[in-house]
Amino acid sequence: MAEDATLNLLEQQEKNRRQTTIWMVAFILFFAWIGFGGDLVLYLGSKDAYGTAHYRVPWVGIVVTTIAAVVTWNAWRRGPRQLLAAAGAREITDPTTQEERTLVNVVEEMAIAGGLPRPKIYIIEDDDPNAFATGHGPESASVAVTRGLLTTLNREELQGVVGHEMAHVRNLDVRLMTTIAALAGVIVLLSDLLGRSFRHGGVRVGGGRRGRGGGGALVLVVLVLWVITLILAPLIVRLMAMAVSRNREYLADATGAELTRNPGALASALQKIEGAHAPTKSIAKSTAQLCIADPLGRAVNAKEGAMANLFGTHPPMPKRLARLRGMAFQAAKAAGELPAQR
Amino acid sequence: MMKLVLLFIVVFAVIFWVISAYNGLIALKNQTLNAWKQIDVQLKRRYDLIPNLVNTVKGSMEFEKETLEAVVSARSRAMQVAAGAGPTSGHVKELAAAETALTGAVGRFFAVMENYPTLRSSENIKSLQEELATTENKVAFARQFYNDVATKYNTKQQQFPTNMVAGLAKATPAELWEIEDAAERENVKVDLSMGKKPQG
Repeated sequence: MAEDATLNLLEQQEKNRRQTTIWMVAFILFFAWIGFGGDLVLYLGSKDAYGTAHYRVPWVGIVVTTIAAVVTWNAWRRGPRQLLAAAGAREITDPTTQEERTLVNVVEEMAIAGGLPRPKIYIIEDDDPNAFATGHGPESASVAVTRGLLTTLNREELQGVVGHEMAHVRNLDVRLMTTIAALAGVIVLLSDLLGRSFRHGGVRVGGGRRGRGGGGALVLVVLVLWVITLILAPLIVRLMAMAVSRNREYLADATGAELTRNPGALASALQKIEGAHAPTKSIAKSTAQLCIADPLGRAVNAKEGAMANLFGTHPPMPKRLARLRGMAFQAAKAAGELPAQR
Repeated sequence: MMKLVLLFIVVFAVIFWVISAYNGLIALKNQTLNAWKQIDVQLKRRYDLIPNLVNTVKGSMEFEKETLEAVVSARSRAMQVAAGAGPTSGHVKELAAAETALTGAVGRFFAVMENYPTLRSSENIKSLQEELATTENKVAFARQFYNDVATKYNTKQQQFPTNMVAGLAKATPAELWEIEDAAERENVKVDLSMGKKPQG
């Protein structure tokens, strides 16, 4: 992961594009299995003693595919807006206070540093310091920060945090995360929907009068596999989304530092954010992987170890701080501000 | 027949490569020019802000004529140089020096203003100060971005085999915005925000 930080921008964007595609393909395959796998069970189960199946049209597959396509598309398109609305974010179009003006200026500075168009800027009225970025790409990105962030951090630290968020935008992390969020939402919806209808219709499949032919064992195997995927899918998706998110945080820290050329400021900002500790109530659980620090203040993100590696949406704070301080040290050494050490 | 087909393929491959290399250089050239324009926009903004600032404080800072004059003259000097400077038209070094001088003058001006608590705490001055601070930063970041893009452009036109189409694309090295010595570099870091926090 440390080497990843040195990847250049184009490679990084390429990697994210590739990963977005892989996720899409994986999910399509998954939907196909959920849909047509169910049909397979019904098909095998409907075979009579002569081996003739009475279940011909793969209705489950058709319905699941349609629903998944429509819902995913909808969630993908409206996701960022819904996210901001759910967090109670208010767009700043015309800054009125000094604080808001500073925020707008800092975001503009970072947009210039990254050579990006200026994103939309949002404020969330919450006293806990936090921030996130969302959108479909650099042209339609939004950056949201809480009121608490503005009051807790000084200008340089704010710049560090905004730089981190702009790095998410520049690296196309926002697009990947929006895609994953949309797909994950559909998975949860589908497994819920199918699980429920299966419990009602399932009896018919299992207790079919004719299904005792050679297909019996096969039906059972397919059925068990199908049910297991259905149950585990939401969990697996969550874990994978977290893994992707964790990985992105280190990179955004590094890219952000590259934009501000001031890794120390982000480190001290992170420390202040961590110190505030209170959960950011306005930010929903589903948004956690987008924030600069875990809004839920979960202990799992603060520690190191196997649990944190599996369930954290963010890398352990001590590790992030250590990496940033390392960068700051290197920069200071390069600028000759430190006595060269051997 | 087979040979003819092969020849065609090779010729097409070469033509295709020349076109894509040419277009790549043109794209980088335009990016460089665009990045420069971004610097220009921010410099102009700064030139526009300074008279505002000077006019606002002129009455209350009678005794600091010298400091004020230094800012004004540094500004007009920088404006003069900026008019003729560009990535390929030269004078970038002079502009860098003039801008550093201007930044230093503005920094000293704010340092002096520390002695005028009423002035310092006025809303008007505060917002001007923030505007200047952000413009200063924007200049710095635009410069940073420009240097990155220009370096990429320069490398591309020198590298083999792209260097063979550099003449065709009329690509000439872009001048980087460099700051000479450590003392000047220190000046750029003058903290115009003065306060610990954006506000309150």
